[in-house]
Amino acid sequence: MILDILLSSYPLFLKASWLTLKLTAVALLLGCGVGLIIAFFRISSSKVLNYIAHIYITVIRGTPLIVQIAILYFGISNLVTLSQFWAGAIALAVHNGAYIAEIFRGAIQSIDRGQMEASRSLGMSYPLAMRRIVLPQAFRRAIPSLGNQFIIGLKDSSLVAYVGMQDLWGTGLSEAASNYRQLETYMVVGLYYLVMITIFTYFVNRLEGRLATGRAPKKQAKDNSVAA
Amino acid sequence: MIEVKHLVKSFGSLTVLKGVTLTVQEKEVVVLLGASGSGKSTLLRCLNFLEVYDEGEVWVGGTQIDPYKSNLNQFRAEVGMVFQHFNLFPHKTVLENVIEAPIHVKRMNVAEAKELAYELLKKVNMQDKADVYPDMLSGGQKQRVAIARALAMKPKIMLFDEPTSALDPELVGEVLQVMKQLAKEGMTMIVVTHEMGFAREVADRAVFMDNGQILEQGPPNTFFENPQNERTKQFLGSIR
Repeated sequence: MILDILLSSYPLFLKASWLTLKLTAVALLLGCGVGLIIAFFRISSSKVLNYIAHIYITVIRGTPLIVQIAILYFGISNLVTLSQFWAGAIALAVHNGAYIAEIFRGAIQSIDRGQMEASRSLGMSYPLAMRRIVLPQAFRRAIPSLGNQFIIGLKDSSLVAYVGMQDLWGTGLSEAASNYRQLETYMVVGLYYLVMITIFTYFVNRLEGRLATGRAPKKQAKDNSVAA
Repeated sequence: MIEVKHLVKSFGSLTVLKGVTLTVQEKEVVVLLGASGSGKSTLLRCLNFLEVYDEGEVWVGGTQIDPYKSNLNQFRAEVGMVFQHFNLFPHKTVLENVIEAPIHVKRMNVAEAKELAYELLKKVNMQDKADVYPDMLSGGQKQRVAIARALAMKPKIMLFDEPTSALDPELVGEVLQVMKQLAKEGMTMIVVTHEMGFAREVADRAVFMDNGQILEQGPPNTFFENPQNERTKQFLGSIR
């Protein structure tokens, strides 16, 4: 039964889950940085920067992640010696960065032009207005899509198993190869992913709720007769 | 105080300003009138460089402002602007909206900025709502906060771009009241508006724009009672 694999293998899978989590967290953090930079390239008035961002997004979105991981992993280890972890993390960051860039770009462009104009009319410079006024609103608006992309990122991190990492899926593969109980082993692996993502989703939803109430207590808004 | 010479501005093939020349004296209240599309909002936006004109000059207090060389941020800090759609910062409370620019642009310390903000909020009668977020406010209240926010930079001139056009009729009065008060205190103001009552009562000069040009201007009583230009007569007739 599944239960005995769940019980007998849990130290191994917990360790592998921890690696998956660490890898995903580092990759997504880097990915957000890459994404923000590429997003600014895309909305920039410089044609060169637009073009760079366009190429980046086209190439990343137009090729499978597994191919990107393989190219980056073997490419990077040819140039500089990087640990497996960092090669995997960078590959995932580059990949997720392209999607995150589009999320950020959409969120920034969805903020009413009047916000930037009002900021500028008060004497704020473009970077100051971006940082103090536009980005905080854009981040809030990006959270649902960003959460979604993070979930995809966590699941997609399983592909690093194919360059030999012992993450959750990699561990599952080698376990199944040695115990010959593929169905049960893979179901256990699936269960670990499910639990991680459920917990993560819970926190994203809470964050969303918190930020929504941080703007205005909704209950009061209803019985405030002058509210526009 | 502020002088524009032969301003020309096009959006693509559409020329919105066709050589506008206008001088506004210190403490003068000028009302810009005209049908929509006549270029009055664009003129106002050129005055603080939210739009950059294609040709012409803007002079303020004897110096020419060059959109590509002058320190526009510093210049804009001295020109307050109030927008039709308020443009308050929704993620900040009323108080935070008002203190934002004094703290981050003028480097005023927080206590001083707050003191100034409370004073200005009191002036626009919004002191009770200091800790409320903008989406809890009515349009009139939002616009009064927006005025306080602009005043917090201690501007030398205030530009109003249809400040009451997005308001429910019963909320227009409270905003006009604040603007009248400002005019009485000697603020230099350029107001794009459709409020003829305000124009007659408060303005020192009414300027009528049509098709990207100034057609007629004068003191409100002569302007409204005895317009000279055919197009002005037509416009004034249509809104009566």
